[in-house]
Amino acid sequence: MTETASAPAIKPIPVTVLTGYLGAGKTTLLNRILSDSHGKKYAVIVNEFGEIGIDNDLIVESDEEIYEMNNGCVCCTVRGDLIRVVEGLMRRPGRFDGIIVETTGLADPVPVAQTFFMDDDVRAKTELDAVVALVDAKHLPLRLKDSREAEDQIAFADVILLNKTDLVTPEELAKIEATVRAINPSARIHRTERSNVDLNKVLNQGAFNLERALENEPHFLDHDHHEHDHTCGPDCGHDHHDHGHDHAHEHHDHGHDHGHDHGHDHHHHDHAPSPIHDVTVQSVSLRGGEMNPDRFFPWIQKITQTDGPNILRLKGIIAFQGDEERYVVQGVHMIIEGDHQRPWKDGEKRESRLVFIGRELDREKLERTFNACAAEAKPN
Amino acid sequence: MPTVAPLDLAGHVAGVAYLGDVPFFAESAGLIHRLDHGHKTVEAHDGLLACVRDEATDTLLTGGEDGKVLRIGIDGSVTQIAHVPRKWISQIAAGPQGAVAYAHGKTAHVKLADGTEKDFTEERTVEGIAFAPKGLRIAVARYNGVSLHWVAMAAAPVDLEWKGAHTGVSFSPDGRFVVTMMQENALHGWKMDSKPGSETRHMRMTGYPAKIKSISWSAKGKWLASSGAPAAIVWPFQAKDGPMGKAPLELGTRGNMMVTQVACHPTDDIAAIGYADGMILAVRFADAKEVLLRRPGKGAISAMAWNRSGKQLAFGSEAGDCGVIDITA
Repeated sequence: MTETASAPAIKPIPVTVLTGYLGAGKTTLLNRILSDSHGKKYAVIVNEFGEIGIDNDLIVESDEEIYEMNNGCVCCTVRGDLIRVVEGLMRRPGRFDGIIVETTGLADPVPVAQTFFMDDDVRAKTELDAVVALVDAKHLPLRLKDSREAEDQIAFADVILLNKTDLVTPEELAKIEATVRAINPSARIHRTERSNVDLNKVLNQGAFNLERALENEPHFLDHDHHEHDHTCGPDCGHDHHDHGHDHAHEHHDHGHDHGHDHGHDHHHHDHAPSPIHDVTVQSVSLRGGEMNPDRFFPWIQKITQTDGPNILRLKGIIAFQGDEERYVVQGVHMIIEGDHQRPWKDGEKRESRLVFIGRELDREKLERTFNACAAEAKPN
Repeated sequence: MPTVAPLDLAGHVAGVAYLGDVPFFAESAGLIHRLDHGHKTVEAHDGLLACVRDEATDTLLTGGEDGKVLRIGIDGSVTQIAHVPRKWISQIAAGPQGAVAYAHGKTAHVKLADGTEKDFTEERTVEGIAFAPKGLRIAVARYNGVSLHWVAMAAAPVDLEWKGAHTGVSFSPDGRFVVTMMQENALHGWKMDSKPGSETRHMRMTGYPAKIKSISWSAKGKWLASSGAPAAIVWPFQAKDGPMGKAPLELGTRGNMMVTQVACHPTDDIAAIGYADGMILAVRFADAKEVLLRRPGKGAISAMAWNRSGKQLAFGSEAGDCGVIDITA
């Protein structure tokens, strides 16, 4: 990354990425965003004009075009079409308040997200706000059986709309939500019918913004508090207040009714396994005390270099020894970003928490090497 | 100090060019301005993406977000060449005798002056088009290389392969080299006059800290100037094998400011160099001597063009502050 100064800075335009299988309700949501009188204008990048029923001057069609970067890294992919279209749109940024990227049902969300980190021009002018995945509650089990993309979309999302909840029984819904939660323990999940969600829970989330990501999620990673049967996500606190219905207890009973308690070691960082098989994505949550930065940074660099292809997302809050501020970190495959977020509050427990979402993660190794970064750990 | 006649426009300028001695400024919003005994404006596009000068007919060719391909005359007249509804036309090139090439998606279209049309469909998106200096032949930049097509013949295309995304393409004025700009911070070149059957000669021009958005061939194609660094990087192309094994010139180096546009002088080995802060320098290749043409302005320089005599330089910026510099004053 060059330190060279550029033209007078403009405020980065937020970009929301909508993913989800065909029929999950993306177009319905998009039409709602475009028609709701929230006073904001959006430029929309779609793969096909399809059924967008709303008159919008700024709908741009683009063919998904994956670029592999010539750096020998298989996971370093970006979307060339987005680079071109975003560059074109940003020549006249006064026209809109945000950009929405609708992906095809089979799209891999990773290159879309990585475009906003790896392309300098896109990065200079825009800011990835959140990846929103729509999940068809009725058809998810089938999707997970036949496609890796459906799972990737859930694993990668910051916000998940569990849609078409009216088409399943409460028991089915609980099972689906447990599955989604098992794939992605850190996303905010909202249950919806016909994509009907408060748009404030979809737009302007700041999920990739290190400053904001954790402010909005006071319970980030709190769900694994010493109870292996509790897989409730960071949104659970919000939903209790926002809705009167009974999400809460359904959140809490994962892992009981599926007999998956097969003698594992009851570590507090084990998430309840998915009640639906065919799930290949797993998450590993790590928790520790204060870290030694001289050990932690080389470690996270090495982990993301060697295991990057298997890591879809990572997020964490780190307490460094002798540092008065919380350090937040997040990553996509091999890309990792970190920064100080805010001072630790009086009485706030200075602990470090880190979650990895990915495939073939070596829980034992991650745990052991993470613990070796602890301030009180003995050097190797 | 050269004199600058300013022209303040509302927004991003996508292209500037001289038709005759009249400077034209193409705003991304779609308006085309010209300074011809006063400031005159035509509304060409609803969103303009590309603007090139057609040397053969001394007109402008433009492509837009409105799917239109237009020809703009020196008097501001607008002629529609093509209209592809709901497609962005961001690639356009001018060929011999009024031939026009433009692209959307994976297809490059060529339209000749007599109305003949020909399509060339690639496996990946067309990201750049250029006509060869001789013969009716186009180069199409696409992922993993360049395809060369003879427009009037049914011959199979020649593929120039190089792994990666190629975002723009240009022939050297003598046709001996094809050079592409790449998504990674590099130029790639192919030597075209290798003997048939001999190994393809590649030229990798790397070491840039940023993506290269602007390249310009000097008079007779002796040098290729490029942006993408806090200096203009100028590669020597006089030798038989081009810049292979040679170091480029680094001209107009500024410690902390990126070069965003380069424009070589039409006759002398001099380049105008535009920077991210709006400054413009003229630099001579022989001794790297610099002349300040314009102080920093409101936005990054986004377009520059010399007039035919090389006495005037027109420029535009991302913020709309444009102007004409007279270097003889």
